[in-house]
Amino acid sequence: MVEFSVKICGEAGQGTQTIGNALCLAFKNSGYHVFAIQDFMSRIRGGNNFFQLRASHQPVSCPRRLSRLIITLDKASPRIHAASLEPGGVIIADCKKFLLDANQPGIFDVPLYTIAAGFGDEMYINSAAAGIAAYICALGLPALGAVFNKIFSAKGGEITAKNCQAAEAGYKYAAANFKGQRFDCAPSAAGKYLLNGNDAIALAAIRAGCKFYTAYPMSPSTGIMTTIAEYASRCGILVEQAEDEIAAVNMAIGASFAGARAMAATSGGGFMLMMEGVSLAGMTETPLVVADIQRPAPATGFPTRTEQADLDFLLSAGHGEFARLIFTPGTPQEAFALTLKAFDLAEKYQIPAFILSDQYLADSYCDAAELDFQSPVEKRRIISFEESATVNNYKRYCLTDSGISPQAVPGWIKEAIYADSDEHTPEGHITEDAAIRVQMVEKRLYKKMAGLTREIVAPTAFSLDGADIVLVGFGSTYGLLRELSLASGKRKIGAVHLSQAWPFPSEIMAGLLKGHKRIFTLENNAGAQLAKLLRRETGITAEGSILKFDGRPFSMEDAQEKIPE
Amino acid sequence: MNANDFKSNDPIAWCPGCGDFGIVNALKKSLVKLDKKPHEILLVSGIGQAAKLPHYINANCFNGLHGRALPAAAGAKIANRDLTVIVTTGDGDCYGEGGNHFLHNIRRNCDITVVVCDNQIYGLTKGQASPTTDTGYATKVQVNGVILEPFHPLAAAIALGCGFVARGFSGDPEHLSELIAEGVRHKGFALIDVLQPCVTFNKKNTHDWYSKRVYKLDKTYDPLDRTAAYAKAEEWGERIPLGIIYQKDRPCYEQLSGIDTALPLCRNCSPVDISGLLSDFE
Ligand SMILES: Cc1ncc(C[n+]2csc(CCOP(=O)(O)OP(=O)(O)O)c2C)c(N)n1
Ligand code: SF4
Repeated sequence: MVEFSVKICGEAGQGTQTIGNALCLAFKNSGYHVFAIQDFMSRIRGGNNFFQLRASHQPVSCPRRLSRLIITLDKASPRIHAASLEPGGVIIADCKKFLLDANQPGIFDVPLYTIAAGFGDEMYINSAAAGIAAYICALGLPALGAVFNKIFSAKGGEITAKNCQAAEAGYKYAAANFKGQRFDCAPSAAGKYLLNGNDAIALAAIRAGCKFYTAYPMSPSTGIMTTIAEYASRCGILVEQAEDEIAAVNMAIGASFAGARAMAATSGGGFMLMMEGVSLAGMTETPLVVADIQRPAPATGFPTRTEQADLDFLLSAGHGEFARLIFTPGTPQEAFALTLKAFDLAEKYQIPAFILSDQYLADSYCDAAELDFQSPVEKRRIISFEESATVNNYKRYCLTDSGISPQAVPGWIKEAIYADSDEHTPEGHITEDAAIRVQMVEKRLYKKMAGLTREIVAPTAFSLDGADIVLVGFGSTYGLLRELSLASGKRKIGAVHLSQAWPFPSEIMAGLLKGHKRIFTLENNAGAQLAKLLRRETGITAEGSILKFDGRPFSMEDAQEKIPE
Repeated sequence: MNANDFKSNDPIAWCPGCGDFGIVNALKKSLVKLDKKPHEILLVSGIGQAAKLPHYINANCFNGLHGRALPAAAGAKIANRDLTVIVTTGDGDCYGEGGNHFLHNIRRNCDITVVVCDNQIYGLTKGQASPTTDTGYATKVQVNGVILEPFHPLAAAIALGCGFVARGFSGDPEHLSELIAEGVRHKGFALIDVLQPCVTFNKKNTHDWYSKRVYKLDKTYDPLDRTAAYAKAEEWGERIPLGIIYQKDRPCYEQLSGIDTALPLCRNCSPVDISGLLSDFE
């Protein structure tokens, strides 16, 4: 067996995420590459949630439709998830508790609730189930125990001990009663770390020296705020929960004008409220980093699910014309690198820079290597505190060839700095002069765009040589595109992944797609937004688009079925 | 420092006779009294006639969006706590478009001073009613007169626990400059609502109208008494009190968050070594 998927299902509050996470860590520590998605409902208790992990001896980066092992913690789960069991796979269920026929093929009946009761509380079912999974997946108890000791440590010795004992009881029960074949897939060298897209953005913001983070809670972006908040006092960061997203973006802009690196994150609805602020950053030429962690819309949509439908929205977010930057990272590693770059370029060009992610990337875990966190960090671009002493005759918007006017910090230089949201002179005072208006628009739009275009992050090409069909995607579909291009099949699939949507890498795309007849975009939206952008920016018309807009990410199989003959 | 040090070269775009002239002069006087240098001050504003004011003073200026002066000012103060941050805003800017920020920034209590040029009308957009327009006053939009009760900023601020609540008058710049200086000295959010005639669009609350009614609170008035302060804040009509209506010391945001003792955030934004954090993700 080269790989297998494990799905843990239950009600919200039953701890599917906790043991999913624990199993991911245990697999990773045992040398497996892992990739995991979280599917949860917008509720705190009840309903049906699952955590699905894929373990492999080679890097994995997208979900599969079927699982080899399905752990069910509540009565509804066996019925809901039976159809996603791989032929020959195993469903773990407490048949007595769930009123199930224990003799059905594929069922491994385990008295989970009885085992948990032995430790005094139903809540231990998930740990007992993790022990069973550890046996069936040939992980070994010590690997799981080590992870449990780490993740439960904050809850105190007794809770940790009971969870470990419940896992051990589950493990032993499986060792005595499981008659099927255990899984094993010759692990190789997995990455040292396990993190998701939101963690990666948070860590990058900290690394970049962001000292002011402000946001209004909104799924699926909130994880960025909680991760930064966790390290805030250690790293001297101030996290402020704003009264609304309008306040968040304006506070971040105020802080950035006053010399600090600042960031905000939200999801589509909150981003909508930030739009005037985005325009303000463009006009006042104030560096701003905002992450939009997309969820299905319009309006409230699916709060905890995924979509890639904010691309068009971000391209034109904020009234008026000004330069902007949109990164569309495809993996946590890339989210880390591009968030760092967003801070640098936002400051270099004094523009709003966006990181466009989504719930799928935000909540998906994968293993990552040490190397992924070693991207070099540029020095700050503002006039430093020391240099400020020598500045005189300062003009905030002085005209330059690059369109970039050096940014001084109020209080550091000994002169007044004027910044304005009205059209302004190079000094920053309000003007209605037509000629100045033209110069300022050229500065904010043409000149800055020209600079940004010279430092575009190139798209990644997979197996384009001799490809029959080329798939083009952006953002969170990176892993899927990569694996689709690696999979063997009747047609040879090539793929291109964009990590930057704006400025659009027009020339590079034209070069990569040259000579390819059958081009399809692959997008988690209904409007084929990337296909339209591609046509607008390169003149290349995709033959069609493979779209998914049910709020769930593509599995490999979902995509393969939709790739045309 | 004298008032000339705060003189800006930017030509003023207000109507002759506008009450804002008195306010800009008072603000300059208070900066002289406070012995501040131009680069130590940051004036933040939204949009409106009043919001143009920072351009007419030689000091740092961030002229942001309509209604959004307060969050920008709070962000700037948090980032760069050595700056003396003063917001110059209008009744529409602060109490209308920016109402939610007014509420929450009083709670947040950053050490900023907020001067609201309250002409009881929307000046820049040519004379529509503002949240503080008197009931019955007719405009081109409220053609039969305003039917709503005006917003009472001072009473609202006291109710929200604002630690410095005052009213000034553009017609008495000397008194106003004292109030502004006191507001800046107060550690925390200080609100100074300034009665300001709009000679072009407010034909009711004119310079004369205000002059006949305003009186200064004297030493017998105790601004620490919250109940008395409510009554004073609501006094309107024949007699309108000027001065510090309510005052109470409470810890400001910078103290509560601990940033008042650390290196200012803006000085501390170099890349951070995160290897110690990464181990949590192993
Ligand atoms: C989002 C937005 N809405 C509306 C406006 C138009 N606008 C500019 S100033 C203003 C009202 C100004 O009134 P006030 O704050 O009382 O200031 P004044 O001009 O009277 O000094 C309005 C409605 C705007 N600039 N932005
Ligand atoms: S319209 Fe009114 S507030 Fe505006 S400048 Fe003229 S007098 Fe002043």
